Amino acid sequence: MHGLAFDIAHLLSGGLVLISLMLLYQVRLYSLINVFAAHAVVLGLAVAWQAFVQSAPHLYVTALIALLFKGVVIPVVLYRMVQRLGIHRQIETVVGVGLTMLCGIGLVALSIMVMLPITEAADVLTREDLAFALSVVLLGLLLMVSRRNAVGQVVGFMSLENGLILAAAGAKGMPLVVEISVAFSVLIALIVIGIFLFRIRERFDTVDVHVLDGFRGEQP
Amino acid sequence: MVQGLQMLLVLAIAPLLTGFVRWVKARMLRRRGASPLQPYRDLLRLVRKEVVLAESASWLFRVAPYLVFTAIWVAAALIPTFATGLLFSWSADMIAIVALLGTARFFLALAGMDVGTSFGGLGSSREMMIASVAEPAMLMAVFTLSLLAGSTQLSAVANFMLDQSVGLRISLGLVLVALLIVSIAENARIPVDNPSTHLELTMVHEAMVLEYSGRHLAMIEAAAFLKLVLYASLIACVFAPWGMAAAGDGFFAYLVGTGVYLLKLAVAGVLLAAFETSIAKMRVFRVPEFLGAALMLGLLGTLLLFVTRSV
Repeated sequence: MHGLAFDIAHLLSGGLVLISLMLLYQVRLYSLINVFAAHAVVLGLAVAWQAFVQSAPHLYVTALIALLFKGVVIPVVLYRMVQRLGIHRQIETVVGVGLTMLCGIGLVALSIMVMLPITEAADVLTREDLAFALSVVLLGLLLMVSRRNAVGQVVGFMSLENGLILAAAGAKGMPLVVEISVAFSVLIALIVIGIFLFRIRERFDTVDVHVLDGFRGEQP
Repeated sequence: MVQGLQMLLVLAIAPLLTGFVRWVKARMLRRRGASPLQPYRDLLRLVRKEVVLAESASWLFRVAPYLVFTAIWVAAALIPTFATGLLFSWSADMIAIVALLGTARFFLALAGMDVGTSFGGLGSSREMMIASVAEPAMLMAVFTLSLLAGSTQLSAVANFMLDQSVGLRISLGLVLVALLIVSIAENARIPVDNPSTHLELTMVHEAMVLEYSGRHLAMIEAAAFLKLVLYASLIACVFAPWGMAAAGDGFFAYLVGTGVYLLKLAVAGVLLAAFETSIAKMRVFRVPEFLGAALMLGLLGTLLLFVTRSV
């Protein structure tokens, strides 16, 4: 398994981690969405490469779904949303970009430290895929935590889901039915979140989630 | 003998590279631009002029230009340019080169503060702010490379890269980007600093050397030219080591190596000019974030390498 096949798999899943970190670095909503689209494209490539290596044709469908839904449909919808909400200015991050990046690197190190020892018996490809997938998931969570803007949180949620797909593709054996239903539930989630965003905006004139804290009676 | 030739070659070619970058930039902006040989004339003019010293300048102010120039020249001469396995190759250690560059920067910053003008202090503090992030980033890149190659010696790294067994490594790509960002910042090129203005809001390097004149300024300018050659040949040596002559090759191999090296520098110059014309200068307070990205890339490269190693 060593050799070129492993190197390319490593390249693609490592690239996914890198793009997750790039998501943390973006401070403008449009560039955030662009990078998210790139995230989905790299995910599609990584899954397609897994399909080729494992000779599992159903994974090609997974890759195609990732490319179509997450690479095209969701970014376009988010673009429209940002346009209609009129919030294409800077994102306010809770802590600075530099600190967030350091946290992100720490999370990547943590997930590698955790994943490599406990998957000692597994296949080489699966091991590194799981390590990278866990770090993508953690970075998605970090993105959701570090953004005050609701659209940024949606992007964090979607990138987290990309990490789950990477893990499933590496683990050999997510059935196609599950994959398709997950993809559709993400789409439904997008629609629901979209409606909620407009509701929040209607009510509070902003999509900054910290305003909600004040509304609940907590100190902002 | 070859080592001596290389030392002279980097020294002779340094102003030409800077002049070439300026010329390509001017052409891209549809100006005629000064001849690529202009930096040589500038240096000659500066050497001939008399030195004007500030009354409050100490001996450090007079010594610093020579120290800076020597440190950078030594560092530039250590990097294998057209041949590997030279006389001093055992000392061409990447950490030593980083240390030499750090020494040069330290003395330049001291000299900037020595006269006591506000501009010098401002330039020095900004330079140190940039350096405090750029140096760890460079070291992380060096560590990743040496982990991969199993040596911190540049000759060994270049030979390792020439070997076909390297394969496709994402860590290498990350390190390349990190090194490019660091070299742009260190050479005071455009997104970080603008080398061609004296605008107080933006300048970093120029503010530090504002008090210098005559042959001292010539030394500092020459050191800046050498630094650009140093970074270009460092990146060329590590990431594009093709065509370098090995130890004990004939005269012809050295000739080919020199030609290929000049070609590499020209390509680097054109790429740098194209990059600089396509981007705007960033705010000073955004620079640490930009360099922080380089640091992060170096760290990530090491981490990913660790994964490959352990599986």
